[in-house]
Amino acid sequence: MKPAARPVYLDLRRIHLPLPGWVSILHRVSGALLFLALPLGVWALSMSLADEAGFQRLADGLAHPLARLALLGLIWAGAHHLLAGVRHLAMDADWGVDLKSARQSSFIVLLGGGLVTLLAAWRLFA
Amino acid sequence: MKSAAGAHTGTGTWLVQRASAVVLALALPGLALYVLVALPLDFNGWQALFAPLWLRVLMLLTVAALALHAWVGMRDILMDYVPSTGLRLALYLAVIVTLAGSVTWLAAVLWSPA
Repeated sequence: MKPAARPVYLDLRRIHLPLPGWVSILHRVSGALLFLALPLGVWALSMSLADEAGFQRLADGLAHPLARLALLGLIWAGAHHLLAGVRHLAMDADWGVDLKSARQSSFIVLLGGGLVTLLAAWRLFA
Repeated sequence: MKSAAGAHTGTGTWLVQRASAVVLALALPGLALYVLVALPLDFNGWQALFAPLWLRVLMLLTVAALALHAWVGMRDILMDYVPSTGLRLALYLAVIVTLAGSVTWLAAVLWSPA
């Protein structure tokens, strides 16, 4: 085989990650987001349980559209991470490891995360 | 060169990640449901929601499992993307402080005299 002409320029728009690849990288991204959210969540709980003023501050803060958008992002991260994780556990048990079912299950994971996010968006914004 | 079998340190972390994943997959949706069905609440109702001892114990155990799970995951991510040893060790430390801090803070919040 003739070696490709160098240097090789990669066109990012022409690189297509297969569906299981998207599930995988988003599993990482969502996991890192959830890690960052943990101290924020403890802080919010601490404030809301301390006294009535703190509870009101959290309620007022969460009424802001940007805060709700951030919360929606975390809900997506949680849903995607959980579904993709269950998929991983199933594959550990040798279930669904062939290419066809791996593609199908990654589609279901992406769809499921999207549906949970849509449902939450409807509850938060409608 | 190391032998192909390695030092088996990966097997332990792999198991910790999987075991904690199962705990979290069961406990977190359950806890979320417990809160969601009770909403909307005022301050007194919100405080009462976290009053039962079994719930506080369950929350603390769940977040402890989450800390172990997040440690393995963040360690994997940092191992993959941060080749500089000094920076990576500093980030490991930041992750550990964040996780251990969150768990102890939650314990303090849940057991502070209301």
